[in-house]
Amino acid sequence: MIAAAICIGVFFVCPAKSFPAQANAGEEPLRVAGEVGKPGGRIVVALRAEPKTLNPLTAADGPSREVISAMQADLVHINRASQLTEPALAKSWKVSADGLQYTLTLRHGLKFSDGHPVDVEDVLFTFRVYLDEAVHATQRDLLIVGGKPIVVSRVDAETVKFTLAKPYGVGERLFDGLAILPRHLLGAAYKEGKLAQSGGLGTAAIQWAGLGAFRLKEYVAGQRLVLERNPYYWKTDEQDNRLPYLDEIVFLFVPSADAQVLRFESGETDIISRLGAENFSVLSRQARDYTMADAGPGLEYNFLFFNLNELGEKAPAEMAHKQSWFRSEKFRQAISLAIDREAMVRLALWGPVTPGNRRWANAAISYPGRSLAKSRRLLAEAGFRFVSGENGEQKLVDADGKAVEFSVITSSSNADRAKMAALIQEDLKQLGMRVQVVPLELRSLIDRVTQTKEYDACVLGIASFDADPNADLNVWLSSGGMHLWNPAQKQPATDWEAEIDRLMEQQLIATNTAQRKKLYDRVQDILTERQPMIFLASPDILVGAKKTIGNFHPAVLEPYVLWNVDQLYQRNGAENARR
Amino acid sequence: MSTRSRLLICLAALCLLHLGVACAGFFAPYDPAAQDREHPYAPPMALHLVDARGGIHLRPFSYAQSLRAGSFDEYDENRARVIPMEFFVSGSPYRVLGLLPLRAHLFGGGDGGTLNLLGTDEYGRDLLSRILFGGQVSLLAGLIGAGLALSIGLCIGAAAGFLGGWRDEVLMRVAELFLALPWIYLLFSMRAFLPLAVPPLKAFLLIVVVLGAVGWARPARLVRGTVLSAKERDFVRAARGFGASGGYLLRRHILPETASVVLTQAATLVPQFVLAEMTLSFLGLGVPEPVPSWGNVLASLQHYNVLISYWWMYLPVLAMVPFFLGYLVLASLLQASGGPSKIEEVGSGV
Repeated sequence: MIAAAICIGVFFVCPAKSFPAQANAGEEPLRVAGEVGKPGGRIVVALRAEPKTLNPLTAADGPSREVISAMQADLVHINRASQLTEPALAKSWKVSADGLQYTLTLRHGLKFSDGHPVDVEDVLFTFRVYLDEAVHATQRDLLIVGGKPIVVSRVDAETVKFTLAKPYGVGERLFDGLAILPRHLLGAAYKEGKLAQSGGLGTAAIQWAGLGAFRLKEYVAGQRLVLERNPYYWKTDEQDNRLPYLDEIVFLFVPSADAQVLRFESGETDIISRLGAENFSVLSRQARDYTMADAGPGLEYNFLFFNLNELGEKAPAEMAHKQSWFRSEKFRQAISLAIDREAMVRLALWGPVTPGNRRWANAAISYPGRSLAKSRRLLAEAGFRFVSGENGEQKLVDADGKAVEFSVITSSSNADRAKMAALIQEDLKQLGMRVQVVPLELRSLIDRVTQTKEYDACVLGIASFDADPNADLNVWLSSGGMHLWNPAQKQPATDWEAEIDRLMEQQLIATNTAQRKKLYDRVQDILTERQPMIFLASPDILVGAKKTIGNFHPAVLEPYVLWNVDQLYQRNGAENARR
Repeated sequence: MSTRSRLLICLAALCLLHLGVACAGFFAPYDPAAQDREHPYAPPMALHLVDARGGIHLRPFSYAQSLRAGSFDEYDENRARVIPMEFFVSGSPYRVLGLLPLRAHLFGGGDGGTLNLLGTDEYGRDLLSRILFGGQVSLLAGLIGAGLALSIGLCIGAAAGFLGGWRDEVLMRVAELFLALPWIYLLFSMRAFLPLAVPPLKAFLLIVVVLGAVGWARPARLVRGTVLSAKERDFVRAARGFGASGGYLLRRHILPETASVVLTQAATLVPQFVLAEMTLSFLGLGVPEPVPSWGNVLASLQHYNVLISYWWMYLPVLAMVPFFLGYLVLASLLQASGGPSKIEEVGSGV
């Protein structure tokens, strides 16, 4: 009974007959370039946490997104290596001259991973769901253009038209990451309003099918999640062999980075990504039967932010008092000035580190240097005072004489961020602040930040899935779920947040890249001035894979190694499957 | 050598070791929390008396270390830069036993250099200083925890043994319950009820209280056994016959019998509790960083790269060996010197 409760296996319905390895005559598979691999075998990958859900509508955490990216497909896809768009489920698209209409033609003969054919109705259903406010899809913000939702209409059995209220700056990039949902499986749940809850791994088994290279085979809570090859996948290699090559991907849940390294080194896992610099250097020094690669500066950015939520009257008085500091811009600026980012790069990231997003970074913003003198001046202007503590050390107190003490939560599974937090602790000690670092398990940290809002400050990182600023729309918009310092606001809490909302919406509909850049530069100016997030340093993307893995071409966009999971293969093929 | 003299030697050695840790501020050259960001993972510096040119120095010295270009953890010795070891220097402020503020340190690097005799950790903090200061937290937790457990154990054990009957039954069943408690999980759950960030002092008190509250059961059972046998001895019966009250009997005749048990228990419990504190701090449930304790100084060994790259990060383990050895030898000596002869000696005095 207990064993049954622990091991909730979720099985997807799939017909027993196998699908041909070569494409059928009625199909229009997408032929992809690249090394032709061997079919069979499996790869084992470690995830730092258990995915929270397999529902692409609600997934916000990295592990969920990583698994979902192998199980779902979008109409138009951004190639993670070239960062350009390429056809996916839509074989072609046309944009009207005024930029207001996108006409997409679906690939012929598409089938979900359960064998059910895909038609335009599925696409219409998908966008109805994404746009439905009641579903709270994380992608919804991206589909509101000029304040109005995108209108999706059917043209014929394989063509669908998207009408925008205003021209969309990113163009067809918009469709990336919007998984097409199976209406035949989810229609009923949607009608009952239960869609957002479905796809959760811990809950009752729900039938869900996708258009990605893999489909769910097995889930053992706390241990692993196994995906198997989707026999109906719509891509082939240059020799018309149906992709993916691998029979299975096994995701193991290995919460600590060090345990991940050990498992990789011992050969238990085939791929390792999100490596810390120290472990990367250890593995590189003793490189045996694996290849280590530095994919270059990534789009992950790490930052410190304070709890700026409206806490209501029930909040403890102490928290309200602390918030009076956090709300002070000068306080936040002073903290930014006190942080020794050079040391972070050297001690935590083992730099040198260069800005990852050169295309969009505002060049006018200078590198945030450290200046304790300026920092002290700002604190004094904000009404803080320095007094002498018990041991003669300097202590910072606010206007009411209360000592400035707060805690910083950080993910216990990310050693780099834990180090950054420890360095911040020491940096702020020099300003007379007493900071305590509290490492938390990632899921409980996210819960605290987005749900219970019981924290003072947090060191966290976001890894964008695209270099385009729109990828982080839900971070910058005040209504966004990832607007971490004060998520999902009904009305912008401050004028500058309102201005960012406005600018982000304007750049969304500006078609001219130079104009978009100008608007986004302004957003960066505001962020630098107001410091809702105090940016720290961004690491390079460090990954590794066994030498037996073919087509290993890590990218700087998530998922770093698994972005071409449909092309990865085991050089020793099926013999690997017996492992 | 008689047991008594061996006991004295052992006690003296332990006292010296404890004194060293109690005066950590003096023996440690630096503030244990001070980061030297230019020297992360610096290996221990060797002390020399003979320099590279064969010249002999009366004052020990080290060569400065600097990070190799392009590396983040490999050091080159700079033979041109000599750091002499200076004695009785003024350095970072500290308090002796938490009271007396001082700045004097036994030694330090001269010419503005730093001497990291046992190397540094990932933030460039001096490992020797962290081990010495860490000992304060760990040993104090062990000593207070053992004191608390013994006091509770003595009271409950004596009460159970002396009163007997159903009260004995109840108390001993409770003791068994406590013996069966998985204390580490108890601590996890207690930690969950506390606010997110616990200040170091509170975290320390929490550990001590939990150690004491969970650890009393074993001494209580031993004390109860001794009391049970002692209360039936002739001199106790005689005293009772002369009309001695229960309190007098306990105080004057029975509890002194338990002294050897209590002392032996103390000598075994202290290292056990030090180890318990280390376990908690190692798991991040003890005193929070940057306050050092032996457990959290060792915690960086949880990182794979530290485990295989920097051997000096294991040194805190060596520092504990003399303490544990001292306590265990003390326990066996106490056991050898206590026991029946002790009872006879006390008994003949009546």
